[in-house]
Amino acid sequence: MLEIRFHGRGGQGTVVASKALAFAVAREGRYVQTFPEYGVERRGAPVVAFTRIDDEPIYIRSKIYEPDHLVVLEPTLIGAIDVTEGLKPGGWIIINSEKKAADFPQFKGFKVATFDATSVAVKYRLGSAAAPIVNTAILGALSKITGFVGIDAVREAVHEISPVKKDENVKAAEEAYETAVREQEQP
Amino acid sequence: MSEEIKWTKESDMPLMAMSMGRMTVNKTGSWRNLRPVVDKDKCNKCGICWKFCPDVSIKMDAEDYPVVDLEYCKGCGICATECPKDAITMVKES
Amino acid sequence: MQKVIMGNHALSWGALLSRAEVIAAYPITPQTEVVELLSNMCADGDLDAQFIKVESEHSAMAASMGASAAGARTFTATSAQGLALMHEVLHWATGARLPIVMGNINRAMAPPWTIWTEQTDSISERDTGWLQIYTSSIQEIMDSVIQAYKVAEQVYLPVMVVLDSFVLSHTNENCDIPDQSKVDAYLPKFENAYKLDVAKPAAYGGLTGPDWYYELRYKIQKDTERSLDLFEETGKEFGEMFGRPYGLVETYKLDDAEIVLVTSASIASTARPVIDQLREEGHKAGLVRIRVFRPFPSDLLRKLLQGRKKVLVIDRNISFGMSGAFYEETKAALYNEKSAPPMWGYIAGLGGRDVPVDVIKETFLETIKEDHPEGDIIWIGVKK
Ligand code: SF4
Ligand code: SF4
Repeated sequence: MLEIRFHGRGGQGTVVASKALAFAVAREGRYVQTFPEYGVERRGAPVVAFTRIDDEPIYIRSKIYEPDHLVVLEPTLIGAIDVTEGLKPGGWIIINSEKKAADFPQFKGFKVATFDATSVAVKYRLGSAAAPIVNTAILGALSKITGFVGIDAVREAVHEISPVKKDENVKAAEEAYETAVREQEQP
Repeated sequence: MSEEIKWTKESDMPLMAMSMGRMTVNKTGSWRNLRPVVDKDKCNKCGICWKFCPDVSIKMDAEDYPVVDLEYCKGCGICATECPKDAITMVKES
Repeated sequence: MQKVIMGNHALSWGALLSRAEVIAAYPITPQTEVVELLSNMCADGDLDAQFIKVESEHSAMAASMGASAAGARTFTATSAQGLALMHEVLHWATGARLPIVMGNINRAMAPPWTIWTEQTDSISERDTGWLQIYTSSIQEIMDSVIQAYKVAEQVYLPVMVVLDSFVLSHTNENCDIPDQSKVDAYLPKFENAYKLDVAKPAAYGGLTGPDWYYELRYKIQKDTERSLDLFEETGKEFGEMFGRPYGLVETYKLDDAEIVLVTSASIASTARPVIDQLREEGHKAGLVRIRVFRPFPSDLLRKLLQGRKKVLVIDRNISFGMSGAFYEETKAALYNEKSAPPMWGYIAGLGGRDVPVDVIKETFLETIKEDHPEGDIIWIGVKK
């Protein structure tokens, strides 16, 4: 079983990112379970969401305490909260950032990949320029970097889940898939 | 009109209290020992008695005077008390 | 159709597939999405139902009762304080023998304000005569709504389909949404033999003295007992048609189990990997998930539990001054048996406190360590 934790801020589409990943994985015929850290979501507040992926039905229904991998939609959370809490050694940390993996020396022992999803989201006018919705772009990058889920399934899932600008969201995911670089391991 | 539902044992009853004491069967006129009598000379056809009768036993006739349905009038005297013209008198049933 | 949906939407889909004709509901966190999706389904014409907006949960149930009395298949949903506000009319729905199906999202009772899961809201309504199904997956939520109508409409009793706040209501998961035609074959149109009919005027619920009230209560109890078999039969039939059988309880690795956990809802789901772990460590552990809590499956539990070495129960609810409800009732069911096992009653997860694998395992290990239970409540993880 794969356990992935998403970190973002309210309004960025963190919960939808975890859901879109689940939709995509289900399209590939696997079992998924996804849920937010239950609370009262507020714009700007740190948000956590979880996704479990397995080839077998998933019975465990508690929070994820020791995730295999992380997706960080909002780089300003790094340092503000301990994003790597419980993260298994060697796990991926996918960060939405224009910086390089080497700029995150604090994540030694994990595999770090960065991708500037904000620029892609702004380019396709997803959300507003002040508060871009980065989830679909980061999902394209995740598909390329980790291979947890294929880009075809991501494309379909993003189309299904986006309430507006379906085509733009799909393009953002595709562009992210094409431009994300897998080789940015080991800071 | 539906027939009366009667039973003497549990298995014959409907599932819920249904038509127990239904008014087509439950003729409250038999409870009466005082009968309202309307004095048409005093009555101003206001309809207050019609409105207040708890058993819906007063109908207004073609000329808008109250008529008591003695099958159901239970003789409570509310109509006589409420009448602003003292047009209703309660008389003993013989 | 395969879809990834949230628990709340599984309720809505269940109502849609059951062809609910009237929906009257008042929104409350964490139930809101149930009502949202249903109102969309009605507005889009996918569901040919009358959607009644009401000003409170008491009105929601009152309107549901009117609709059901008129013969309509009726659905509503609520949670916690909303369910409590319905309390008076819940009794009425049972006494009037109305086969309403309601989703209840288990949320802890305030104060203090909370939105997280606990079963005390629905457990507090266990004596209203509503049949209660406690679900443990998104798929089961949807399937249970359909089965609930099938049982409700045979015994003329209302059914509550219960799910954990957030842990089920807001979790998205794979769900197989069956074809409407298949569901229609399983759940045909309902003809209510007692419905309001202007051609046959009758009075309902009128004053009933001690001469017959007693018999009416007797009839409710008898039909509730009959629903035990119906839950089994309709659950089996559901399995034959849709490949997912259901029953009063669900067991896991029970056959040779010496120490058995009895629990419900999402805790019972997380317990499965715990049983696997314990088995690997050499403990003969097994699981009984109570799915139908009303009627309480006492006979079945006697069969499944007597002769076991130890039984432990985890309750995510509390009857203050007594214990957890599942423990209390399981123990009562076994009381007259010669080979009744000793029983441990754990309270866990109140107010949405997470119940992970470690906590469930801890209850097992505690139980294994002890020879005999001390008292009726064992708290797990109180910060002392
Ligand atoms: S006496 Fe009472 S029941 Fe009879 S007509 Fe007057 S108000 Fe009605
Ligand atoms: S209340 Fe008196 S005055 Fe008015 S209609 Fe009746 S009898 Fe006549």
